[in-house]
Amino acid sequence: MKEDRYQLNKQLAQMLKGGVIMDVTTPEQAEIAEQAGACAVMALERIPADIRAAGGVSRMSDPKMIRGIQEAVSIPVMAKCRIGHFAEAQILEAIEIDYIDESEVLSPADDVYHIDKTRFQVPFVCGARDLGEALRRIAEGASMIRTKGEPGTGDIVQAVRHMRAMNGEIRRVQNLRQDELFEAAKQLQVPADLLKLVWEKGRLPVVNFAAGGVATPADAALMMQLGAEGVFVGSGIFKSGNPAKRAAAIVQAVANYQDARLLAELSADLGEAMVGINEEEIALLMAERGK
Amino acid sequence: MNIGILALQGAFVEHGEALEKLGIQHFEIRQQRDLNRPCDGLILPGGESTVMGKLLRELGLFAPLRERIAAGLPVFGTCAGLLLLAKNIDGGGPCLATMDIRAKRNAYGRQLGSFYAEKDFGDLGRVPMTFIRAPYILEVGLGVEVLAEVEGKIVAARQKNQLVTAFHPELGEDLAVHRYFVSMAKGIRLSAGGSAQ
Repeated sequence: MKEDRYQLNKQLAQMLKGGVIMDVTTPEQAEIAEQAGACAVMALERIPADIRAAGGVSRMSDPKMIRGIQEAVSIPVMAKCRIGHFAEAQILEAIEIDYIDESEVLSPADDVYHIDKTRFQVPFVCGARDLGEALRRIAEGASMIRTKGEPGTGDIVQAVRHMRAMNGEIRRVQNLRQDELFEAAKQLQVPADLLKLVWEKGRLPVVNFAAGGVATPADAALMMQLGAEGVFVGSGIFKSGNPAKRAAAIVQAVANYQDARLLAELSADLGEAMVGINEEEIALLMAERGK
Repeated sequence: MNIGILALQGAFVEHGEALEKLGIQHFEIRQQRDLNRPCDGLILPGGESTVMGKLLRELGLFAPLRERIAAGLPVFGTCAGLLLLAKNIDGGGPCLATMDIRAKRNAYGRQLGSFYAEKDFGDLGRVPMTFIRAPYILEVGLGVEVLAEVEGKIVAARQKNQLVTAFHPELGEDLAVHRYFVSMAKGIRLSAGGSAQ
């Protein structure tokens, strides 16, 4: 991948900042999401909560279904491929997807290697639980990072843990002397040049969103106040009682995440939230996939 | 001089950083109460125009901003900001509709169509340009000055107090277009004999 293309791909993520990216499974849902103010949609056959319930192997979505969603909306369309499944990624690139999510939500195709994302023209977003995972994905060519959280649960605890871990580690790195960075890079198992960028700027070299377990406007505001630059909402919207209203409320909550009075209004009368599963009740920890 | 930056979604932080390099004060506009601050110019950033358009209406910012722009408040729209100002849009409804241009959204296709260029901009000489899923301008009305073209497509234009670019000057290191907007805002303020509100 040419350096120019990588820059352009990181810059598309900059345009998504302050926005909400919503999981959708049909063109109709995509239109609801766009009208509710989504800044992009993630096209997938089953939302994470249903993937969790169905069990079995979960794969890239049917390209025909993704095309249907591309035709239905004008905002960017993302789609997921399995960790390490570069052939699925090639197919998504062939249908001109705007962003590929190499995602732990699907069943991993490779338990050692992630995709060499530098060989693609289209951008990739990857999940991470801490600074080490984030910088390893960026070294492989990811142009956007999101917390892994725990998808399909409606439980925010893991996204909070991952965002705090990442930002806490960034603050610790900033306090190092320059000559201590090499040892820190060794311990984090990341390239020293990327760690130096973090040390200089006090942030990841790419945009960082929250994902995995966001179900309410308050969840979204919490993640933004913890330093997320935007939010992915998967099952939280279309597993709730009133998807259009909840989606719009979460969009507004992200735009005004520091205004508690407005958040109170936004949180009122949204109908039933997704039921969710507690961390302790989860049989499968998706965040453990792909380190 | 104090410039308000619409901060509902998108790359608004980058515009603030560009203004800081020019030593210009700025503030974020997220709600109606932010409009009470003195404001000599307005920036509508890149992002998703559908998101910003919706939030402008829901947060009660649409009418007051439209009024101020119509009354002469200097405004600079980049990419999605261009679409917010355009009177006509191919492939979508208009939003503030204050500028006599017809624009095409996602005119270069999906992300694979995003690109860099370096072209002449007004009399500023060559300016680096970053296009991300960008629109371009199909037609301009009377009194609209075309400032830049790429391969025959209009990518920057000005109509009195309104400046638009299909590209993102806030993403690069080059400050020429922001400097142009600041001097435009200063000029309008002087000719209006005070702070344009």
